[in-house]
Amino acid sequence: MTLKGIAVSPGIVIGKVFLLNIESFIIPKIAIKEEEVANEIERFKQVLKQTNEEIISIQKKLNRELGSKHSDIFNAHLLILDDPVLTEQMTDKIKKRKLTAEYLFQQVMRNYEKAFSEIDDAYFKERISDIQDVGKRIIRNLLGRKKANLANLKEEVIVVSYDLSPSDTALMGKEKVIGFATDIGGKTSHTAIMARALEIPAVVGLEKITVKAKNDDLLIIDGDKGIVIINPRRQVIEKYYKKREEDLKFNRELKKLRTLPAQTKDGYPIEITANIELPEEIDSALKEGAEGIGLYRTEYFFLNRSVLPTEEEQYQAYKFVAQKMNPHPVVIRTVDLGGDKFLSHLNIPSEMNPFMGWRAIRFCLARPDIFKIQLKAILRASRYGKLKIMYPMISSAEEFKQANRVLAEVKKELKEQNIPFDKEVEIGAMIEIPSAALTADILAKEADFFSIGTNDLIQYSLAVDRVNEKIAYLYEPNHPAILRLIKIIIEAAHKEEIWVGMCGEMCSEPVFIPLLLGLGLTKFSVSPLMLSRVKKVIRSLSLKEAKVAAKEILNLETIKEIKHFSRIRFKEAMLNFC
Amino acid sequence: MSSIIKKKVIIKNRLGLHARPAALFVQLANKFESDISIRKEEQGVNGKSIMGVMMLAAGKGDEVEIEANGKDARKAVEELEKLLMSNLEG
Repeated sequence: MTLKGIAVSPGIVIGKVFLLNIESFIIPKIAIKEEEVANEIERFKQVLKQTNEEIISIQKKLNRELGSKHSDIFNAHLLILDDPVLTEQMTDKIKKRKLTAEYLFQQVMRNYEKAFSEIDDAYFKERISDIQDVGKRIIRNLLGRKKANLANLKEEVIVVSYDLSPSDTALMGKEKVIGFATDIGGKTSHTAIMARALEIPAVVGLEKITVKAKNDDLLIIDGDKGIVIINPRRQVIEKYYKKREEDLKFNRELKKLRTLPAQTKDGYPIEITANIELPEEIDSALKEGAEGIGLYRTEYFFLNRSVLPTEEEQYQAYKFVAQKMNPHPVVIRTVDLGGDKFLSHLNIPSEMNPFMGWRAIRFCLARPDIFKIQLKAILRASRYGKLKIMYPMISSAEEFKQANRVLAEVKKELKEQNIPFDKEVEIGAMIEIPSAALTADILAKEADFFSIGTNDLIQYSLAVDRVNEKIAYLYEPNHPAILRLIKIIIEAAHKEEIWVGMCGEMCSEPVFIPLLLGLGLTKFSVSPLMLSRVKKVIRSLSLKEAKVAAKEILNLETIKEIKHFSRIRFKEAMLNFC
Repeated sequence: MSSIIKKKVIIKNRLGLHARPAALFVQLANKFESDISIRKEEQGVNGKSIMGVMMLAAGKGDEVEIEANGKDARKAVEELEKLLMSNLEG
């Protein structure tokens, strides 16, 4: 049986299913004697205390490893343990019904689950998972049972679960776990990030994998295509074994590159940094040999939550990233809300044309309260490493200066409060709007650096909505207009002697790498997963030849000609990619 | 001196008494000695119980009644009312 989900961590793996958290406890109904009642109540209270300690210790562990954002999840769990009604109900029930605490507790939990599932509100319904998580922990402790132990696995397994929580992965014996397959999740869910950090294949969002797969079933995970096959036929297994061998061979080649410099064949050094979304991705970035973080997106602080992030919360995350990457640089992009991502908790009316609407730096300038908190957090963290600040969606030099005035106010406040920060923090502009590209010469006098965001630059320049399927074919990095704009940006930066990099998807596509090199780009920022591949291509190229080719391409008039030229001239680069 | 204080409040916060606001409410309620309950229509729950308060599923515009019974009842109701009237996003 084949299930389709979302591919979040590449590679192929074949192995046995280990169902996690799908354990069903069969709890027998056992009566207790009158004289045991007091003891049973006391035992229940002890278990609550024990569970409380367990959660606090997991929370501390996560705090150390991942920062407070992830450990906060457990605050809700602690409150549930402290719930006076829960203790009261249990005390009453034990006294009246004279049954074991685990049996009664399971009934209480079922009632809560039922009550919550009947609430006509998705947000409340989701709380069931918190209650279940705590509930299972309590029952396990009442039974004196350890959690289905992923720490002492005897053989390699693929973990199949509804979802993986930080507490699951924190306690996992990582060397025996060879893949993840889950019912829910997306590219930035905890499961996805952990899989990439552990370099094991993973597919999430499979919806019913926990129902379809049983313990010890044979499972194939294709983390490139997002496919999971349960109990595959022999031919299929053989096909995948072969593919896996090829993959592993290719990956071994790539791994060798991790410690090698990103240098062209003719000896020019190129810098490859990583794009990240969450602090936890730093490990993957470092492992892949990133020479810094070229784009640290900060939207996740603001999305899917009901309260604005505090300065302290942001500061802790930025400090963590700065310290871990030190002495390498980290470019933090100030929050890019709007467009397709908006805060659920601010009352912001939906717009007809959100991509051209109130978003990114425009939003931040209109809401200095939110903007200042972020700037303050970044500046405070700046003394722990080499942080740089980048404003998204800059459309003119005036806008850039306006943002800098807010930054100056924040710096002044920090100075007045004697809070130390790095006074040399570089401030750059993300160049993703055509007006900024065309006035890059003016902007370059204000900014310390540029980073070209190709996804939006293409969408705005060609007036193509990226998500509209009918016109998706018009979204084309090979358009002569795009190549010219990139050239203008790079040349303007070089003329003012500021550095310029690219953080869009274009610079991780093999066919564009020689062209971009030829246009003078020396800094590429790509997803950690693409890092070694991009490096492999760069190491196969001669900068001199790339420059000649780029010049010829700029003389071509149509997309078709450009594609044709690239295909022939850059064949080698593309072959090096896979 | 023990007393019973009641107060009706209309929830202003857009999210109502969702997880985090509910947690704030319960944490504050637990600071008082008085017994505290919160009622929406015919459903009443212990104001010190996180699961109880969440199960009320009180949304924006809902009217709830806070009731405190004990020595610090007046202060408890005052502060809890203040919390419900604020945007609860502290």
